[in-house]
Amino acid sequence: MAFRLKLVPDETKIDFFRWQFVTFGFSAILMIASVLLLFVNGLNFGIDFRGGTTIRTEAVQPIDVGAYRDAIQPLDLGDVAITEVFDPSFGPERNVAQVRIGAQDGAEAVTPATIEEVRGVLQQIDPSIEFASVESVGPKVSGELINTAIYAVLAALVGISIYIWLRFEWQFSIGAIISLVHDVLITMGIFALFQIRFDLTTIAALLTIVGYSINDTVVVFDRLRENLMKYKTRPLRDLMNLSVNETLSRTVMTSGTTLLALIALLVLGGDVIRGFVFAITFGILIGTYSSIYVAKNFVLWLGVKRDWDKTDPKDPKKRKNVSPFEGAEEV
Amino acid sequence: MLQIDRWKRILIIGICLLGLLYALPNAFYARVEAHNDAAAQIEASGVETPELIAARDAWPSWLPAGLVNLGLDLRGGAHLLGEVQVEQVYKSRMDALWPELRSALAEDRGTVGAIRRVDAPEGELRIEIGNPDQMARAVEIAREFSDPVTTLTGAGQQTLDITGSGATLSIGLSDAEKTVTDDRTIQQTLEIVRRRVDEVGTREPTIMRQGSDRVLIQVPGIGSAAELKELIGTTAQLTFNPVVGTTGDADAQAGVGQTVAPLIDQEGVYYILDGTPVVTGEDLVDALPATDQNGLPAVTFRFNPSGARAFGSYTSANVGQPFAIVLDNEVISAPVIRQAITTGSGQISGSMDFDQANQLAVLLRAGALPAEMTFLEERTVGPELGQDSIDAGKVAAGVGFVLVVALMIGSYGMFGIFATVALGFNMVLLFAILSAIGATLTLPGIAGIVLTIGMAVDANVLVFERIREELKTARGPARAIEAGYEKAMSAIVDANITTLIVAGILFVLGSGPVKGFAVTLTIGIVTSVFTALFVTRLITVMWFERARPKKIEV
Repeated sequence: MAFRLKLVPDETKIDFFRWQFVTFGFSAILMIASVLLLFVNGLNFGIDFRGGTTIRTEAVQPIDVGAYRDAIQPLDLGDVAITEVFDPSFGPERNVAQVRIGAQDGAEAVTPATIEEVRGVLQQIDPSIEFASVESVGPKVSGELINTAIYAVLAALVGISIYIWLRFEWQFSIGAIISLVHDVLITMGIFALFQIRFDLTTIAALLTIVGYSINDTVVVFDRLRENLMKYKTRPLRDLMNLSVNETLSRTVMTSGTTLLALIALLVLGGDVIRGFVFAITFGILIGTYSSIYVAKNFVLWLGVKRDWDKTDPKDPKKRKNVSPFEGAEEV
Repeated sequence: MLQIDRWKRILIIGICLLGLLYALPNAFYARVEAHNDAAAQIEASGVETPELIAARDAWPSWLPAGLVNLGLDLRGGAHLLGEVQVEQVYKSRMDALWPELRSALAEDRGTVGAIRRVDAPEGELRIEIGNPDQMARAVEIAREFSDPVTTLTGAGQQTLDITGSGATLSIGLSDAEKTVTDDRTIQQTLEIVRRRVDEVGTREPTIMRQGSDRVLIQVPGIGSAAELKELIGTTAQLTFNPVVGTTGDADAQAGVGQTVAPLIDQEGVYYILDGTPVVTGEDLVDALPATDQNGLPAVTFRFNPSGARAFGSYTSANVGQPFAIVLDNEVISAPVIRQAITTGSGQISGSMDFDQANQLAVLLRAGALPAEMTFLEERTVGPELGQDSIDAGKVAAGVGFVLVVALMIGSYGMFGIFATVALGFNMVLLFAILSAIGATLTLPGIAGIVLTIGMAVDANVLVFERIREELKTARGPARAIEAGYEKAMSAIVDANITTLIVAGILFVLGSGPVKGFAVTLTIGIVTSVFTALFVTRLITVMWFERARPKKIEV
């Protein structure tokens, strides 16, 4: 027998419900903690959502955040935040900082004059300072961007739940949506906890997580549907365990390959997209977990009809309560 | 059984080869880009220099030359989102209406009495008449200036809303006319911005309307958003106004319809101007940098016939009077009219250097913006930062690819190699489609590609795992492979359609970089399903036919 790398043994018989109160409690606690964190800490919104200006500076000399702040302070620009940016690919000659200036009263985007003033005072400390990028978003647009972001996430959830409802049944749809909300909420909780910058690309990351997590969930559901047709009398709980066990090797494999690619990007992809990649990486871990431990548990609680195979001639009486969406399974 | 029709095989192989052909230019990015630029330049100018020909011939013309566009965040450049102050046009329309209406009402002075323009909200014209009981007549006269609106939606409406109450006659644009005016204002703005950006000859600028009154401008390769703004000339409105007087006080009281504007190169000198311009920048047809009779930098300009007529009649009626050339609400110069200028051309001179004269000529030639723009969003990305991101993305994609391949081959042996070949074609097809549709690759787009590398093997994994399961029931390798594909199908379809829903929403609601991500994700899903279901399968079938194994191991 040739060598095979086996992340998961050929046959597993793990009872995924055995610890369900622990795993469920864990999920519930994480979700509650995330909500609390969102309220207490709040999200560290980037300028996309709260307006303002960010300047990325690059200098040859090491950065003295205090000196930068002292230099900018007299310009009276209101809320100014300066953070140093680290990346393994930066040599000692490359020192990067991020200067964020709050939205100016009465103005939309920042004026070039203000940018020049900031450049002027910073170059007095260190003449080698260059502005690698300057981004400015006015309060009008940032307000709209927040709305668009919320619509995007809601539209994704609604679109997916309708699709699952049509392809499976409403119980599956609810299970899937709860696991998606779980993933999105906990990822946002992590962003609130570590105060990672939350901007438009983070929303894209959240939607990607939604897409990936539903992918995982659907594979389990698909197998469950197949097993429901195959074994008509086995308890639902056993069938769910069987389905997850059967697909476990695929779940681990796909998450594994995706995570490998993402970790490469996280380490080597540069600091500009690190927040974005971090969100997706974290979300895929949590999404894999939720499709095994969250989605199907809700389906189990809600129950599911057991007469999938309507063409079964041996059991004609079961054909009575055929759901109106049954036809969709043949798609 | 395990069979694929010959024509299907030809089709699958054909698509892969076509993908290779269209993806190829991206492997020689700089050379193909030089080729495209040179070809475009030769096309445009008709001049063939040896350098251009060399650049053009560096890439054979019979090969596809479509490239993946690099987004601003990768190439560097500036991005602006401007909001056009469309209401300003209402005001200038009212200002333009006033002199004509004044003379029309003055003809009927006997009936309506003395007339006087009074203060009114922006975009509205208010006139007080001497005989309030003759208001009906005044309204009638004003109606003469109103035309039916000429759009489908505005059918039956007039361009002007005219009301008379007491002694006050109020005139404003009707809602239908405002819509029409807004539309025209945006179109003009787009056109003018496009001409100004083209004037400096940058590559592939994006200039498009967004929403009802916004303009999105993206120019790769420009130094900063500030530079771009300067080029667009945010507030550059050129007008020629009659001068009422001069003053040293910026807060001087001006009469109704009059404005106070500073002289550009001398502090403390202000002109009181008649707010109604004689001619505006819209009537200019040409402007060139030149030198005046003293050899100093100047700009010569020429009006179109209607501008020339208006300018001619004004100058002949006002010889000896000064008039002001106003740019951006600042008086560039206020020469005294020595003689009637009926030729329609003139010269602006003042204290400027040759660069300024050149820039002013560019501004004048591109025409004035019909209304000011306020900028809601601006982003500048330096070219080095973009290059860093591309390099980092390349390394990450390469390493990610190798890791995924190692895991796949380690887990599925021979089938892992098949999946790797399919993954390679997946990347090729992804780039081919991106190039063919001229999509723009952004930094999140690169992340989308790396994510696709990870997720693309999913369909293969689903199939391979299924084949493994089917092998356990020992129905022979051929049936196991067949059943593996068949039974994995519904999971693959469901999983990918849900991801497509998400990508579609990202595409519709996202902007800029996020949209780029949605595009690569969508194309990545399509190509990965294609390669997993067809390419891997074809390779498997071809291998199977050749090897005829009694036993297979997945």
